[in-house]
Amino acid sequence: MKSIEEIQNEIVAEFSFFEDWMQRYEHMIELGKSLPLIDPHYKTEDNIIKGCQSKVWVHAQLEGDALVFSADSDAIITKGIIALLIRVFSHQHPKAILDANSDFIDEIGLREHLSPTRANGLLSMIKQIKLYAIAFQTQLN
Amino acid sequence: MFDVSKIRQDFPILSREVNGKPLVYFDNAATSQTPVQVIQTIVDYYSRYNANIHRGVHTLSQEATDAYEKARGIIQKQFNAQHPHEVILTSGTTHGINIVAAGYATLLKAGDELLVSAMEHHSNIVPWQMLCEKTGALLKVIPMNTQGVLQMDVFETLLSSKTKLIFVNHVSNALGTINPIRQIIEKAHAVGAHVLIDGAQSTPHLKTDVQALDVDFFVTSAHKLCGPTGVGMLYGKSELLNALPPYQGGGEMIAEVTFEKTTYADLPHKFEAGTPNIAGGIAFGAALEYINQIGLENIAAYENELLEYATEQLGTIPGLQIYGQAAEKIAVISFNVDGIHPYDIGSILDKLGIAVRTGHHCAQPIMDFYKIPGTVRASFAFYNTREEIDLLVAGVKRALSMLQ
Repeated sequence: MKSIEEIQNEIVAEFSFFEDWMQRYEHMIELGKSLPLIDPHYKTEDNIIKGCQSKVWVHAQLEGDALVFSADSDAIITKGIIALLIRVFSHQHPKAILDANSDFIDEIGLREHLSPTRANGLLSMIKQIKLYAIAFQTQLN
Repeated sequence: MFDVSKIRQDFPILSREVNGKPLVYFDNAATSQTPVQVIQTIVDYYSRYNANIHRGVHTLSQEATDAYEKARGIIQKQFNAQHPHEVILTSGTTHGINIVAAGYATLLKAGDELLVSAMEHHSNIVPWQMLCEKTGALLKVIPMNTQGVLQMDVFETLLSSKTKLIFVNHVSNALGTINPIRQIIEKAHAVGAHVLIDGAQSTPHLKTDVQALDVDFFVTSAHKLCGPTGVGMLYGKSELLNALPPYQGGGEMIAEVTFEKTTYADLPHKFEAGTPNIAGGIAFGAALEYINQIGLENIAAYENELLEYATEQLGTIPGLQIYGQAAEKIAVISFNVDGIHPYDIGSILDKLGIAVRTGHHCAQPIMDFYKIPGTVRASFAFYNTREEIDLLVAGVKRALSMLQ
């Protein structure tokens, strides 16, 4: 399994081929459209993060000593970013998740989607991923 | 003579770029932009006569007090209040509503009824819910139809001698609907109820005469009217304001303080505890003078042309649905396209330098009514142009070609 840092570097490298925002956005939209990100079974009120703009659902479960995330959003661009976050954080050890950051979003030119004014649920999603990591790490210890 | 290119020169922000594109600002219902004349008022205040008001014998304090009270006079005249002391300067619409809602806690009893419209901003819902929790009063809702128009026949059936207070916006921020407030006030008074009108969305477009309306309370914010943020006004009839207890205790709002008992100052100071936003108040007055010099009638006529043009042009986009199709509406278009999330359209428009609002517009009950997560809202001001509307339409089309 690749480390979080390796995956983040991979994504940054992939995005460096895009020439402008249009291409980046088109890629995000493709990601958002193509991936089945969550079992409908887990799209519950408990798993929902209500942003002012878009909704995000996050589910986490432990497989061995790795944490597996699935998530979804009602907005496609938000969902595209979720796909990246899942690629980075899913199937990782809780400790590695806790030690990691999300700076790669900034590096690939999508920083505005993590701004608090966007209120799209993504910041809360990252917080939620960290909270799951704390909870499951306690369980592993 | 209304000359939009000349007017645009008054607004420095309109010549900036966003994401490498000329700014197209269509979020005027959230905050209007500020002309140099108003900005200069703020600069003058801090450069020449910054001082606390109503308490200094020195010249600066006197000048600041005079300017602040002059602004109150301009506001009084703008809305045709009978007395200057009926104009309470607040931090904005929300503050004004909270002063009244908190005050009524002492005047209501369990079982009293309050009426709210189905198309209110959260700021005209939540303070009243808090009031109901405190007093045991009941909150009832005046419903609307799918056009975004209040059902006045149902409103009449909700009225009774139990109805104590009704609060409705003059114009809906999410739909643009102009509500029949004159009729609402008349019917309310017939059963002895008082009415608070939220004028945050109407005052930038429509002339308001609080005496002709016979409205009991009227609130608005300066930042919707080319003024600064953090300042607004609460109008109330003298006898009603006198019956309400003060909202905040502190300096300025007292007549006499001893540790045994404090007596409160007269209106308007009773509701103006602490040092106010002095520069903001003065600039509020300057903003009204600026708008009056262009003329609200001219503004409304020009904005109506923009609304018609934008409605027609956006209507050419297949699958585009406009929410809020009242016959009487201001220059606001709230829309969605074919199940595409408003956040996605708004994000792409931002990349094109076009500022719109997306989301529930702090009016979740309206979104629940239409069963949608939110809308894209373009709201126009008198400094916007047809060319900008063309850019919006092209921008939406481009967003759709990426998203569909």
